[in-house]
Formats: sequence, C-alpha cells, structure tokens
Amino acid sequence: MKSLDGLRFRKRKTPIHRLDPRVKFLLICAIFALSIIFVDLMSITIIFLALVPLVLLAQVQGEWLRSLRASALLAAFIFVLNLIFVSDLYYALAMAFRFLVIVSSFSIFFLTTSPDDLGLALEQSHFPYEFSFAFTTAIRFVPELAKEAQIIVDAQRSRGLELEGGNILKRIRNYIPILIPLIVSAIRRSMELAEAMESRCFGAVKMRTSLHALKIRSMDYLVILMIVLVLAGSIYIRFYIHLL
Amino acid sequence: MIETHDVYYTYPNGFEALKGVSLAIETGEFVAIMGENGAGKTTLIKHFNGLMKPTRGSVVVDGRDTKKVTVATLSRDVGLVFQNPDHQLFSETVEDEIAFGLRNFGFDDKTIERRVDWALNLLNISQYRTTSPFILSGGERKRVALSSVLSWDPKIVVLDEPTIGQDYLQKERLRQFIMQLNTQGKTVVIVTHDVEFVADCKPRVVLMSKGRLLADGSSEKILTDDKLLEEASIIPPQVAQLFWQLKFNNAGREIIDVYEAAEILAREIRERMN
Amino acid sequence: MPIIDLKNVTYRYFDVEKPALKDLDLEIDEGDFVIITGPSGCGKTTICRCFNGLIPHFYNGELSGKIVVAGLDVKETQTSVLSQHVGFVFQNPENQLFALSVEKDVAFSLENIGLAREEIVERVEWALEMTGIIELREKAPYELSGGQQQRVAIASVLAMKPEVVVLDEPTSFLDPLSAKRIFEVISSLNKDLGITVVLVEHRLDLASEYANEAVVMDEGKVSFVGTPRDVFNDRDVWALGVGIPKVTRLGHYLKERGIDLGGVALTPSEAADLIRGYMNR
Repeated sequence: MKSLDGLRFRKRKTPIHRLDPRVKFLLICAIFALSIIFVDLMSITIIFLALVPLVLLAQVQGEWLRSLRASALLAAFIFVLNLIFVSDLYYALAMAFRFLVIVSSFSIFFLTTSPDDLGLALEQSHFPYEFSFAFTTAIRFVPELAKEAQIIVDAQRSRGLELEGGNILKRIRNYIPILIPLIVSAIRRSMELAEAMESRCFGAVKMRTSLHALKIRSMDYLVILMIVLVLAGSIYIRFYIHLL
Repeated sequence: MIETHDVYYTYPNGFEALKGVSLAIETGEFVAIMGENGAGKTTLIKHFNGLMKPTRGSVVVDGRDTKKVTVATLSRDVGLVFQNPDHQLFSETVEDEIAFGLRNFGFDDKTIERRVDWALNLLNISQYRTTSPFILSGGERKRVALSSVLSWDPKIVVLDEPTIGQDYLQKERLRQFIMQLNTQGKTVVIVTHDVEFVADCKPRVVLMSKGRLLADGSSEKILTDDKLLEEASIIPPQVAQLFWQLKFNNAGREIIDVYEAAEILAREIRERMN
Repeated sequence: MPIIDLKNVTYRYFDVEKPALKDLDLEIDEGDFVIITGPSGCGKTTICRCFNGLIPHFYNGELSGKIVVAGLDVKETQTSVLSQHVGFVFQNPENQLFALSVEKDVAFSLENIGLAREEIVERVEWALEMTGIIELREKAPYELSGGQQQRVAIASVLAMKPEVVVLDEPTSFLDPLSAKRIFEVISSLNKDLGITVVLVEHRLDLASEYANEAVVMDEGKVSFVGTPRDVFNDRDVWALGVGIPKVTRLGHYLKERGIDLGGVALTPSEAADLIRGYMNR
C-alpha cells in the first residue's frame, strides 16, 4: 500500500486541483507527448524542470518526491540498459529522465484529481455509467480491503501461521489461509453491495442525473490554449527547424 | 501473566492509539476491557500476543518481552479470538479448521486428533466435524472459530467483542462458557462494549478512553460510577441507572445485578413504607 | 388500511429445505414504530427483504402468499419502484455506502431515479440536516465512524422521502452510545415526519422505549404482537431467549417478592416512577 502513496489523492484547494479533470488529463497527455517527441537530454531536462512549478503549485511535492524515489530503481535500470545497448551516456540519461517525466505527470494527475471527479469526467465523456460506477466503487473499497487483509493476517498469525520462511512452495501455501477468507469475504461483500444497490434504485431509469456537474471554466480554457500553443511550438521546433 | 509498562502505540498514519497504558493481568483473572469504539481496546489486546509491538514502553507475557519473541511463540500461551469468524475460517471441514493451529504449533498427529475431538466437544459442535464451516450459521461459525483457538489449550484466552451480533440465548451460553473456562483456571480477557453482559459476568473491569486507562477495578465499582462512565461514553447498566434515579444508592451500595437489585429494592421499599 | 400487509406468506430460499417464513401474517399500520425481534435464524431479516421486494426479485426462492406494501403488490412491483416508498438500511454500514463523499452517497438513489439536479440538491440538504450530519458532507466513508456511516445510510434512504423505513439490525456494530443516538434519529423520523418505521433489533434495552408496537418472531412465524410493554412483560417471550430489558425483568422479580408495581417499565426512569408511585400509595 505504501508504494501507492505517491498516487493517492488528497483533498487540497489549489489551482491544479481545481482544473477540470478532462483538461488536466489533456495536460498530462501533452507532457507525455512532449517527452516522446524529444529525444535529447536537454529538452527532456527542460520538460522535467517545467513540471516542478506544477508540483509546487499543487502542493504535492512530498508525495511527488516519494513517487520519484519509488521509481528511481526502474529509472536506473533503464539507464543501465540503454548505456549497455546504445552506449551513449547522454541518450541513456535522457531515457531515464523521460521515464521520470512520465511517472511524474501521472503522479501529478492522480494526486490532484479526486476519483469522484474522475468518475464524473468519465460519465460526462459519455462512457456508460456502469463503467464509472465500477471505477469509483473500486477506489472506494480499496482501503476497506486493505484493512480487512490486515485483520485476516493478524487472525491467522494468532493461530500460529508463520508467513516467512520455507521454500517457495511453502511460502505460497502459507498464503492460502489468508486468501480464502479474503475471497470469501469479498464475495459476501459484493452480495451485500448488490443488495444495497438494488434497494437504492440502481439502474432505475436510463437517463440518470448527477448531483454535481463538471464545468469548463475560463482557467481551463486558458490551460487548453497554452497546451495547444506549447505543443504546436514544440512540434514546429522539433520537426521543421531541426534546431535540436 | 500479562504486564504492560507505559505502552504507547502510534499507527503508521500517525494516529496515536495508545497513550501510556500500564496494566497487569494476573494468572486466573477474568478481565473485561471496556470503552467506546476507537478507545484503543483492540489495539491493546493485539499487543498481548505480539501482533503489535509498542512504539514506546514494553509488554511482558509470563516474563518474556513481546519484542523478543515471535507471535507464534506467544500465541501458544495467549489465544486471541477475533471478532468476526469469517476473517479466519478457510478450511474444507470444521475438523481441519480446528487442526490448523495445532499443526502450526507442531503437535504430532495423535495429539492433534485427540485435541480436535476435545475442542469439538468443548463447544458442542461434534456433529459438524466433517461439515464445511462456510455453510454453518453465524453463531455456529463463531463457535468453530473459538474452538479452533481453544484447541491448543492456551493459558490465556482473549476474546474481541464476543457478543456482537449474538442473541440473548447465545450470549447467555457464551457467558456460562467463559465462566467455566475461568473456573478451570484460565485467564480470560474480553474486549466489549456490552455493559449488560459485563453486569451479568461481573469480571474485573478495565475502562479505556481515547488510548488511556481511565479506571481499573471491580465491575460493581466501575459500572456504578456515573462520572467515570460518562467520561468513557458508556451507558450505565439499567440497574445502576435505576438506583441513581431512586437515590437509594446513598449507602455506597454498588449494585449492577438484577437479582440482587430485586432483593435490596424489596427490602428498601418495605422499610421506607413503614 | 395497513401500510404493510402480509398474508399467508411462506418463503423458502433457493437450495434450502427448511422454509424461512411459514404461513406468516403481519399487518403494520401507517405511522407506527414497530420493533421486530426474535432469536437468531427466526426469519427477521427474511421478512424485511419482503418489504422492498428483494424477495422475490433479488433472491431466488419460492414465495407464496400475498405481500402489499404502500398499496403496491410486491410480487408485481420492481425493487427500484418499491424502494421509492420503502427505504432500507442494512446491518453493515460500510457495505451500503458507494460514493466517495457523504453528499454523493445521499444523492445516489435520487440520481438513479433521474430527479432534476435542483431537486436533488434540495433533498440532500434536507436529509443531511434531519440526520444531523451536515458538517460531514465532504467526508469520505472511510473517514467516518460506524455510527456516522449508519447516519449517512439513513440520510440516503430519507432523501427518497419514503413512507416506510426498514432497518435491519442497524446498530449491531456500534457501541451503545452511538446506537442510542441512531435510535433517536430513527425516532425523530417517526415522530416528526410521520414515517412508518420497522426496526429489527436485539438491543431492546435501548430501543424499545421508542416503539409503539413489538413483534416477536420464532421459527419463521410471528409469535407475539402487541405493545412493547405487554410483549416484553410476557414470560413466554422470555422463554424464547429474547433480551428483555433488565428493569422489565426486575418488575417480575419484585412481584415474586410481594411487591406489585402495577405497571411495566422498559427504562430505568419508568421503573423509578413506578417504584415511587408504589411507595406513595
């Protein structure tokens, strides 16, 4: 669970949190695209540095650093692989940085977008409601399942189960007393959920309404404009000027 | 014997669940740990078999510091029964379920067989020996879970909220069972917020609130202390409430038992009417 | 005319031999606060499922007899329609909250039936206020205590403005004080809004003072019906293993000792009044 901390949403009131999730997603895609378009170390470093003000603005620097730390090993791995096979130090560094840019942009997105808004964005982008419902429900029950798994582990350890030690086969077998109660309880939970959904008129009418609606505001338009300008400029520089 | 010395426990998310708990539970005692949800009761008992280690302070079980021995070693002596049986049942048959702990503790096959028989009888579930625990009723599953811990005969039995979801008859049977265990010399610790159940059992009461020990004493003394109970957000037993309202309690009497109450009230009413 | 009317209802769950309800009759009048109790496995939960059509529409099984709730034939009416008249609060609070914030949860059923947004906003506001959880509106379910979660569940069914609210052991997982507060909220729905309440409960010592009718079930049948005072004072009910309030039992024990209080108490203060009255006679 801890490694996911770099992705977990926390309520805050910052301009980045307030952006429409669809616009924010566009922004992340744009950063992603930029880091693919450019292959040289300097450009990618610039893109990476450009993320820093975003992170500070969103006040998620702590979580962002944690997500960087979590992906450092993989970045090092990418660096070494590239160094061996391409044997170009700058290129290898750029590839590692590119990976960090991608990780950071997704991290910023999930850290600043409430799953609720994400569900709403899916709904308003004409995905079927069942889809966004499944998404938000999954998010809703992740903490519950984690809590439950911990209780089950505690209960079985109290009956003398030792999870560590033994060969691989034994280790896998050790998890059976954890997995079965977890699965049984998940099934029981889903039955209860279905019953409660039924009692709360789930799927009663085709045209469902929604308490909140996402609205694109002037700030969002401004961001869209910036994205378009930066993207267009970058493509121009990269493919037509051959500056880099 | 369990001793906790000034135990603090802070969860990884920063929540301080225990704030300096010092407590001693002697061999053969019957103790109820009470307090509202979130008072720290469950966190405390998870220290008894080493599932949790104090952030500060120490827990000593029969002379062993829980930081220095494994959960399995401690569990051999401290049997913890969790609130919801569904969090531990996983075997195909009830007898396998009961044998699970015994196998983990390395008993030989013959002893396991004998112990399983004994534990099935103890909780009166022999007729379900080869039944799947999953098709049993809630009350029966609870008994299977209990017998699966009692099977290795731990010296100390700790029950987390044993009365939740139980009807009156089930509670009454549970009460008799607990009393019987205790009479046979077992140390019994229950965690509960069921005041009337405690009033029926009359164990020593350890009252907790917001991670601290608020009081420790006989159930008669603690369950008739209105200020203390209010501080712990506990609704007093009906009998104690009645005595306060009648203001019959000025003689310092501490009554929580309904039969005793009837006896005393009958006498008191007659005296006051003459 | 009763708002809930069950006649000769027999129900057997799929794949289970023994019927859960056996030729059961039950009438509940509009505006009543009914407490249903009985030993485990007596059919309490099953009967609740009949009130909003989970039986027979969600659970497979064999149902016979007639069930009419709020003027609707349950066999012929979908649960999604019945649920607009009968709100259902389940035992486990965490498995009936779906959304990631309290207000979205309270809005959930209203969204599902396609109400206009303004109407939803208004009703959510009202339901939050009625259940005293306005300040929790933006909290996520896992940030709430069990008692708060159960209030959210009540607010969610209340927002539908139902005629009947059914609660199946809503306080099992709560400590007594949180349970008492839940009973107070439920009681205000009944008293202030005139909603018919059906409460399945073991905790008679805390809940019975709010009810005006008590139903005791055993073996899939209704064994006793009457005012809580009459029912819980009946030694035959005690024999079923129902958790009778201690002060009610005390009345009997005093009578055995020659003191007849001449009334039945459900709460300590009622008992105190009866005893004072007896002494002043």
